[in-house]
Amino acid sequence: MAILNRMLMYVSGAAMLATASPALAGEGQPSPWQMTFQNAATPIMEQITSFHRFVNIIIVCIALFVLGLMIYVMVRFNEKRNPQPSRTTHNTVLEIAWTVIPVLILVSIAIPSFRLLFAQYDFPKADLTVTATASQWYWTYDYPDYGITFASIIVQDADLKPGQPRLLTVDHELVVPVNKNVIVQVKAVDVIHDWAVPSFGIKIDAVPGRLQRTWFRAERTGMFYGQCSELCGRNHAFMPIAVHVVSDEEFADWLAKHKSSASLDDATAEK
Amino acid sequence: MAAQSVHAEVAHDDHPWGWRRWVYSTNHKDIGTMYLIFAMVGGVVGGLLSMAIRAELMRPGLQIFSNPDTYNVITAAHGLIMIFFTVMPAMIGGFGNWIVPLMIGAPDMAFPRMNNISFWLLPASFALLVTSMFMPGGPGSTGVGAGWTIYAPLSTSGTPGPAMDFAILSLHLAGASSILGAINFITTIFNMRAPGMTLHKMPLFVWSILVTAFLLLLALPVLAGALTMLLTDRNFGTSFFDSAHGGDPLLWQHLFWFFGHPEVYIMIVPGFGMVSQIISTFSKKPIFGYLGMAYAMVAIGVIGFVVWAHHMYAAGISVNTQAYFVFATMVIAVPTGIKIFSWIATMWGGSLTFRVPMLWALGFIFLFTIGGVTGVVLANAGVDRSFTDTYYVVAHFHYVLSLAAVFTIFGGWYYWFPKITGYMYSESLGKLHFWLMFIGANIAFFPMHFLGLAGMPRRIADYPDAFSGWNFIASIGSYISFAGLLVFLLGVAHAFARKVHAPANPWGAGATTLEWTLPSPPPFHSYETLPRIK
Repeated sequence: MAILNRMLMYVSGAAMLATASPALAGEGQPSPWQMTFQNAATPIMEQITSFHRFVNIIIVCIALFVLGLMIYVMVRFNEKRNPQPSRTTHNTVLEIAWTVIPVLILVSIAIPSFRLLFAQYDFPKADLTVTATASQWYWTYDYPDYGITFASIIVQDADLKPGQPRLLTVDHELVVPVNKNVIVQVKAVDVIHDWAVPSFGIKIDAVPGRLQRTWFRAERTGMFYGQCSELCGRNHAFMPIAVHVVSDEEFADWLAKHKSSASLDDATAEK
Repeated sequence: MAAQSVHAEVAHDDHPWGWRRWVYSTNHKDIGTMYLIFAMVGGVVGGLLSMAIRAELMRPGLQIFSNPDTYNVITAAHGLIMIFFTVMPAMIGGFGNWIVPLMIGAPDMAFPRMNNISFWLLPASFALLVTSMFMPGGPGSTGVGAGWTIYAPLSTSGTPGPAMDFAILSLHLAGASSILGAINFITTIFNMRAPGMTLHKMPLFVWSILVTAFLLLLALPVLAGALTMLLTDRNFGTSFFDSAHGGDPLLWQHLFWFFGHPEVYIMIVPGFGMVSQIISTFSKKPIFGYLGMAYAMVAIGVIGFVVWAHHMYAAGISVNTQAYFVFATMVIAVPTGIKIFSWIATMWGGSLTFRVPMLWALGFIFLFTIGGVTGVVLANAGVDRSFTDTYYVVAHFHYVLSLAAVFTIFGGWYYWFPKITGYMYSESLGKLHFWLMFIGANIAFFPMHFLGLAGMPRRIADYPDAFSGWNFIASIGSYISFAGLLVFLLGVAHAFARKVHAPANPWGAGATTLEWTLPSPPPFHSYETLPRIK
């Protein structure tokens, strides 16, 4: 039901998002006045979200604690209320406390932080491998196991269909099956770019001369958008990333359709 | 009256007048004044560029820059100008030059002629950078659109035009200027302290400049080396950063951030020093935990050299490398926390007066805390995966630089303005300036945390429509803080027009450092006889 609602939201698109309540977390894309992460669509992004929630509580408390102390000293120790200043310049217990307590707080952050970091690099066995190749200013996707290759280029504002988000929509999305481990190999041909999808919690630079990789396991179907996240020149703002997560059956249909059009020989050989 | 007689005594000293006084200057106060004026010019230019950025981002779509690469040029120039031609000249060249010799009881800097060249390299450097904005850069564009980080290969094959070479030479000159300045400060502080002023009796501002000078001395040669490699990659067929010929684009990032991370401490550590002086003065109390404060700066400086790759978590460095940099980066929070709590402890039990410099110092503590705690978040590679290259990072570094560092500069400005010029500033204009900047900058930068959480990438001239709400708010905030900048300039003009003479020590019993024993402004050669420190 929740998924149906989300699908509905995506279909009605920007028009509905514009009227959505403030601070709504985006589903696959940002929403107006959003103040949090986009909805997590992978286990890694769920882990990032909960880790961030934990650290965020700590830092808000620290900031409020410092603010509270400042307000207290400003009120209590201003010239009117405290005309005669003390000469205290040392307090060993206090100085040890404000060294040791931050260390303990940092340790409590570091433990889940390392767990998250190593989880991100714990590559599962691939169900599907795709290659994203960056060039100025579009992505090219390869399915090396299926012989499918296509470019993914931004749709100009004038050509957008109703409900398609501006600057995020591409002509051909990367299509992947739901609940499958997808390994993404990332390359670049000219300058450094970056393949990022916020709802998946992944972001990896595409560096010329290097083969980088990342992975995700999308747990919901739908469209998930990202943008190039490393300055790559003139049209850096105009090379979006769109991933269409579909059911196994839809993915099989899509593969069949594109394999046959990609290469006639492959198609006849399989028959 | 004492001031008059000291002036009369030194009047027969040989010192040039007219343009020679400035161009040939070997006097630390005149050179410091030139640095301050230079930083003001840089700050206004950099501020105007940021207004152009915020005007473009106020609404979705391209309104101001029909060529988005021009937007990239503006952001790169804004960053470089604010760092190299505003914050650094103001803090180190300006206040460092003016105040360090006065605070340690020295008649001048150790190498007065080198002081002259380290200033005069800067206008040349600035001219090169401004020129580069109008030279052919990327294909079909003018200027350097590669950000202040000028990552290869965008800065090599991606920017074929000479704009990049101009920018490289500009940074070379700025770097040489800083290295010369650093040598001068280290020599001056180690050798020219007045009798009795041991290292452990030095005012914290002098400590902060000493630490900064070492950071400059060790970091900028690395930048110079990297820039030279970039220059030869571009012009002489080398391939340090070209993977097609055995180089590696990540080598640039490692070298750049080995300079770049200490650089951010170069921009904040002198601020720590200034805030310590101001807090102590207006609390009428000696600084709490003096040695801890001094060595916390040393520790921040040392650790600052071993954390650089936390800027590169998404660049493809191995997971174990990332784990090390997470650990090292978090360690910095400890000495930083010591400083924050020591400032509060200095005020604790004090007798606080809220003059304008104190407002900036208090504003600094709170804003630096916000920028600091988001830094702790970003230190964690796992969550930085989501934040790197988004507006969360933009919010973070503007809180520590555009807010915290700039607030210390304004704090130092109002604190030492009577000493430097001999005139009192207007308290009410100073307060208006503070509140406009405080409110405006918070409205400008706090919403950027939300934009970053929602996933808005940095360095984009146009953004998906969903980001428009917070961007509009941020632009309004930036206009308010720019109005604050205008009030600042008005305040300076007002003070010079009003000519209310400042006493030697306008701040009372709390101001205990040596510069307040001299008349305002101090005589040309400061000390006729060396002060003795008990």
